[in-house]
Amino acid sequence: MSESNLISIWFFIGALLFLYGLVIFGANIVEMVSPDTGSTVILHELHFGVWWGLLLIVIGGFYFIHFRPWRRKTG
Amino acid sequence: MIKMLAVLPCLMWETSGSVLSLGWIDSFIVGVYFVFVLGIGWYLMRFTKTGNDFFMAGRKMTAWIAGLSFVAANLGSLELMGWAAASYQYGILAAHWYWIGAIPAMLFLGLIMMPFYYISRTHSVPGYLKLRYGESASMLSAVSFGFMTVLMSGINMYSMAIVMKVVLGWDIHFSIWVSSITVMVYVVLGGLLSAIFNEVLQFMLIWLGALIIPILGLMEAGGWSGMVARIHANFPAGDYTHLWGPLGSFNDNPMGIHWTGIVFGLGMIISPAYWTTDFLVVQRILSAKDIRSAKLAPIIGAGFKMMVPLIVILPGLLGLALIPGLVGEKEALATGAHSYNEILPLMLARYAGPGLLGLGVTALIAGFMSGMAGNVSAFATVWTYDIYKPVHMKMAREEGPDKHYVKVGRWTTVLGVVVSIGTAYLVQQFASIMDYVQALFSFFVAPMFGTVILGMLWKRTTKAGGFWGLAAGMSSSIGMWAWVRWYPAALKYIALSEHAKDMAENMYRATWSFLIVVLVTVVVSLLTPPKPESELTGLVRGCTDIPSEGDMLWYKRPLTWAVGIFAVFIALNIIFW
Repeated sequence: MSESNLISIWFFIGALLFLYGLVIFGANIVEMVSPDTGSTVILHELHFGVWWGLLLIVIGGFYFIHFRPWRRKTG
Repeated sequence: MIKMLAVLPCLMWETSGSVLSLGWIDSFIVGVYFVFVLGIGWYLMRFTKTGNDFFMAGRKMTAWIAGLSFVAANLGSLELMGWAAASYQYGILAAHWYWIGAIPAMLFLGLIMMPFYYISRTHSVPGYLKLRYGESASMLSAVSFGFMTVLMSGINMYSMAIVMKVVLGWDIHFSIWVSSITVMVYVVLGGLLSAIFNEVLQFMLIWLGALIIPILGLMEAGGWSGMVARIHANFPAGDYTHLWGPLGSFNDNPMGIHWTGIVFGLGMIISPAYWTTDFLVVQRILSAKDIRSAKLAPIIGAGFKMMVPLIVILPGLLGLALIPGLVGEKEALATGAHSYNEILPLMLARYAGPGLLGLGVTALIAGFMSGMAGNVSAFATVWTYDIYKPVHMKMAREEGPDKHYVKVGRWTTVLGVVVSIGTAYLVQQFASIMDYVQALFSFFVAPMFGTVILGMLWKRTTKAGGFWGLAAGMSSSIGMWAWVRWYPAALKYIALSEHAKDMAENMYRATWSFLIVVLVTVVVSLLTPPKPESELTGLVRGCTDIPSEGDMLWYKRPLTWAVGIFAVFIALNIIFW
């Protein structure tokens, strides 16, 4: 196994979490702007999905950038 | 696994209709997950050329990756849902299976046992037995492990399909085929490397998907104290919030268990047996890049394991506080009420809005797939190296090329999945098979621990002692189980109480079979000639030079980490006493 060419698992995790964060954030912003009156979700007034989406974007973005394969180590 | 065995039967729903309904955003999130895991498998195929790559992930994993994978392989969906249900039923007592039932054993594996597994360069636990005791003991453990692992995989698959049917309304055949073929494809392509990569990904998803429940649940209940007050108000007669207080007698707690059963049966026999000798989890640690990483990985795993009650036990307790009135499965079927087996999806439906629901369901699917990949990759290794290779070498009179064994490993993965699917359908037809297979699996765990630990720590243990001890332990465990089935009054001899429940019976049976292994191994070893010490180098304490950690910075030493984790473990037990 050529370890030097292997992309870190954290990069994949970052990419997936970032994508999930965008989708969840976007969907919950839409939900916040035009709420579903028939929703049975408890504490929906907290708009938890917006915050959770943002958290995923931050965590995912950090891993995605920090472990990006095109960043080459020097020295 | 050992925990799941105890709660699996309560997850066997027979109802129809679903608890959750996914929107298109949720379905998109689930769909992206499948694309990702398959993509990772396809990407890793190019790095999986040799047997070392396929079966051992190249032995290049860091302590963090190996440690997370070690915990993730055990964190299946049935475990998540089963123990959330158990905590609704039994309260915080269920946390014992995460703390005393895991942490000391994981630390013991890291500090005491891992150096021998790692220095011996074995590829598996049966492989270690072959080096220590010869082919007979190795073959006995390999055949029993391989057989039971693949059957358990099928049972898990069927159980998960039932869960998906109840929770999401998915067709059973769809769940079985889509999930198992996905796991098969990514393990065939990338072997253990692919399984480990996906397990780490799955571990993150499980946490991020399930953590929503305790956060919002505690906000709704008014924090921990608010939750406890509500539980006491809802169930004034029961004690659901203390770990050790109600364990003074068999009759004082809903589990029907005494503290001695928890401490000695669970903490000292069953838990170390599972965490230190079940190859499904140990294989992840063997992939570590060096001995420090191999020692540190289970310790890191213990740290994360200790936190799992946050996403498993706490949702059950929050359920007791916020949605009292959930009933057992039989009553639910009769009355149409919700069962406590549905507590996790019910809590998810309570709090998760668009997208979050998809994330939560992805967490459940990820949990199932990480468990199945663990079973399948461990089966492929044990079958190829410990069963097929010795037979092939005897027939061909020479060792085959490495590529040959990689090919066998890939085909064995396919075979393992096919047998698992077959088992899933067999269980669908004959549900009682599940009870027998679970019981069979439990027969091997405790005896294996006795055999491995004596082999590692006592150099006088002989080849004959190891084999006959293991055989005696397994057969006596089967004998005790059969005795109680045919003559129920025997329970008072096996479990020391005629009121003991199944869980207590399992613990005492494991304890007796462990003691029988030790007794038979010691007696036979003392009557047979020992191996010369030169043949025990790298295998046994006292004959092996374990690299010193004296020149390592104190905060990098595995012992320092282990002491820290153990201190937190003690503190948690005192806080929730």
